[in-house]
Amino acid sequence: MRLAINNGRIIDPSQNLDKVTNLYISRGRIVGISDEIPEGFTADQEIDATGKWILPGLVDLQARLGDPGNNYAGNIASETKAAVAGGVTSLCCPPDTSPVNDSQAVTELIQRRARQAATAFVMPIGALTQGLQGELLSGMYSLQQAGCVALSQANQPIQNPLTLKNALEYAVSHDLVVMLRCEDKKLKNNGVAHSGPVSSRLGLPAIPPSAETTALARDLLLVEEAGIRAHFSQLSCARSVEMIADAKKRGLPVTCDVAIHQLHLSEMDVLGFNSLFHVTPPLRSMQDKEALRMGLKTGVIDAVVSDHTPLEKDDKLLPFGESKPGISGLETLLPLLLKLVHENQLDLMTAVRSVTQTPASILGRNIGSLDKSNSADLCIVDPNATWTLEADKMQSEGKNSPFIGWEFTGMVEQTLFQGRPVYRNNPV
Amino acid sequence: MSSRLSAPNLQLNELGKIKHFLTLEGLKQHHLLEILDTAESFINPQTDEIKKVPILRGKTIMNLFFEPSTRTRTTFEIAEKRLSADVASLDIATSATKKGESLLDTLWNLQAMQAHMFVIRHAESGAAHFFAQHVAPHVHVLNAGDGQHAHPTQAMLDMFTIRRHKGDIYDLKVAIVGDVLHSRVVRSQIQALSILEAREIRVIGPKTLMPTHPEAMGVHYYDSIEEGLKDVDVIIMVRLQNERMKSALIPSEKEFFKLFGLTKERLALAKPDAIVMHPGPINRGVEIDSEVADGPQSVILQQVTYGIAVRMAVMSIIMSNAAQLAQHQAEQAYLELETELKEVTE
Repeated sequence: MRLAINNGRIIDPSQNLDKVTNLYISRGRIVGISDEIPEGFTADQEIDATGKWILPGLVDLQARLGDPGNNYAGNIASETKAAVAGGVTSLCCPPDTSPVNDSQAVTELIQRRARQAATAFVMPIGALTQGLQGELLSGMYSLQQAGCVALSQANQPIQNPLTLKNALEYAVSHDLVVMLRCEDKKLKNNGVAHSGPVSSRLGLPAIPPSAETTALARDLLLVEEAGIRAHFSQLSCARSVEMIADAKKRGLPVTCDVAIHQLHLSEMDVLGFNSLFHVTPPLRSMQDKEALRMGLKTGVIDAVVSDHTPLEKDDKLLPFGESKPGISGLETLLPLLLKLVHENQLDLMTAVRSVTQTPASILGRNIGSLDKSNSADLCIVDPNATWTLEADKMQSEGKNSPFIGWEFTGMVEQTLFQGRPVYRNNPV
Repeated sequence: MSSRLSAPNLQLNELGKIKHFLTLEGLKQHHLLEILDTAESFINPQTDEIKKVPILRGKTIMNLFFEPSTRTRTTFEIAEKRLSADVASLDIATSATKKGESLLDTLWNLQAMQAHMFVIRHAESGAAHFFAQHVAPHVHVLNAGDGQHAHPTQAMLDMFTIRRHKGDIYDLKVAIVGDVLHSRVVRSQIQALSILEAREIRVIGPKTLMPTHPEAMGVHYYDSIEEGLKDVDVIIMVRLQNERMKSALIPSEKEFFKLFGLTKERLALAKPDAIVMHPGPINRGVEIDSEVADGPQSVILQQVTYGIAVRMAVMSIIMSNAAQLAQHQAEQAYLELETELKEVTE
């Protein structure tokens, strides 16, 4: 099967490419980007992409697929469909499954189900400690052999510094990416909202920024001591961005990401007790939001993730503090990034890079790029289409999005995975 | 984005009158004055006795207490009975983890038993808002305390007490002493005092018991009680819970009393005619000295009595607002019908 996508504006940060030209695909791989047809290439099918953008399939470093187990809504089949509807073709799923992904068996199960679904490239993240309990080390080598691309503790950071020190030192010889979310459980202290004017007024138990920053400071020192490459997940505080910037300046091999909702929402949205705004880490102040946006702009923050957490309706049908935290975010990752571009908060190249080239290089994989001989994972975006997010049109089993009702400009029209169409917005 | 605005509007009906009583935030001065004036009308000015009236005859009120309470629940029950309502009280254990469905199912089941109003106490901030969002349109929700968020009837009875003893709240300086951080009562008191335009609201206590942003609540913070009590007209003491010592927020009851306990000497720093209030139950020798609690400036027991009248006022206002709305809607429907008929005949 040979495919030519003609006249689209191809935006590929990995090649510093932004021009209107043609893209050629053969047997699921990219064979060239050029104005002229490569020698010996005859297209079986042609797509006219005039006026459209062609982006590499997005790479999401954190998306829960609800599989295996009942911790979350959905399963690999449904959530990878949601992924490609949002232009995401490669994603990492954190180990907080049920059972926890701390064994070869679970890793293999996830991969088998992903292969059956054949909608997107699913990369399991293994647990750093057994059962995510933060006490005993997991079989990191076995997990790597089984196909885990990274190790993390999902939303249950290791509290004991000695355990973390050991985990990092053990991991360093396996060249696995370690992803750390920073949160001091004692300082979090049953909190559910940022400690600021809003939690003061609403009487919601508060989480101080120090719950994140003290843990980050500790983790940075341990990472430096272990000499390991580390990735910090879902930063939420202005001060954290400064700390990462300092660490990078000192030459530490660290990277970090931010969840897309943190770039659009703040503690102000919690007024009204709407449980859809209950996330972890919490939505912080407007200043924090600005600092995170600035961090992305200046490159301190490397990647943007969906932190996709599909939940059942009942999980949110509770008073704010009792509801489960999380947002079903795969389908709004790209739209919300493009919104920042439209609002002149971010240039298009940086926006696309943060969900393609940089996450791919953090994982050290040949994804998120339209370079020759790469898998033909891409999405075709109509940059001018305006649309409104509606719950019943979401592909994800989790309809828990606070962005329902928001208007977006720029719509994913078609997504190809390994050269095959896996999503089409307007089925003719 | 409309969710950002839903908090203040949820409790008002189309005519801008109180439909649910969830928090004082977002209410206007006239709403609060109506409650205070109505409460006044329930009290016999000579004997201070509270009359029984037939205002809520045939209405069913259910008290749902997801968190244990004796005093608040009792005053609510008395208030409901004085209004001649049918009353059912349920203690719903908080220990069992509740699935969302069953929590709402409980509510809808009780609603199906012809309840007109729910009086709800719950350990989660925002619980009353949650219930108000999910009840049938003709059912009213009255917040009897949600987490650390609000306890609006308690605050209104405090306003009533202040007004009875000190006159108009406008122009008064009020000091609130103790655990502001964990207190829903204080949050509501501060809102009530701001709406009624008290001249100054002060909060006094150790920093560990203050919210991070007291200025967001429109108050001045003092870490010294001697400074904070100077020239105030009203002193409100807040109960100190035992848990605060266990979670290392303060060292001991003894030290707390040394620093922030209300003694006769400290009371003398306030205006000579200042009153002392406390939502109860008081911890003698922890936040307040017995001499002051039982002294002539204390109005602590009066507060309890007024609690009945104020709760009667809130409930009767909600029900009469509903009746008014129904009549308004009937009139609108009639007017529409009339114009339609006119068009037909013409």
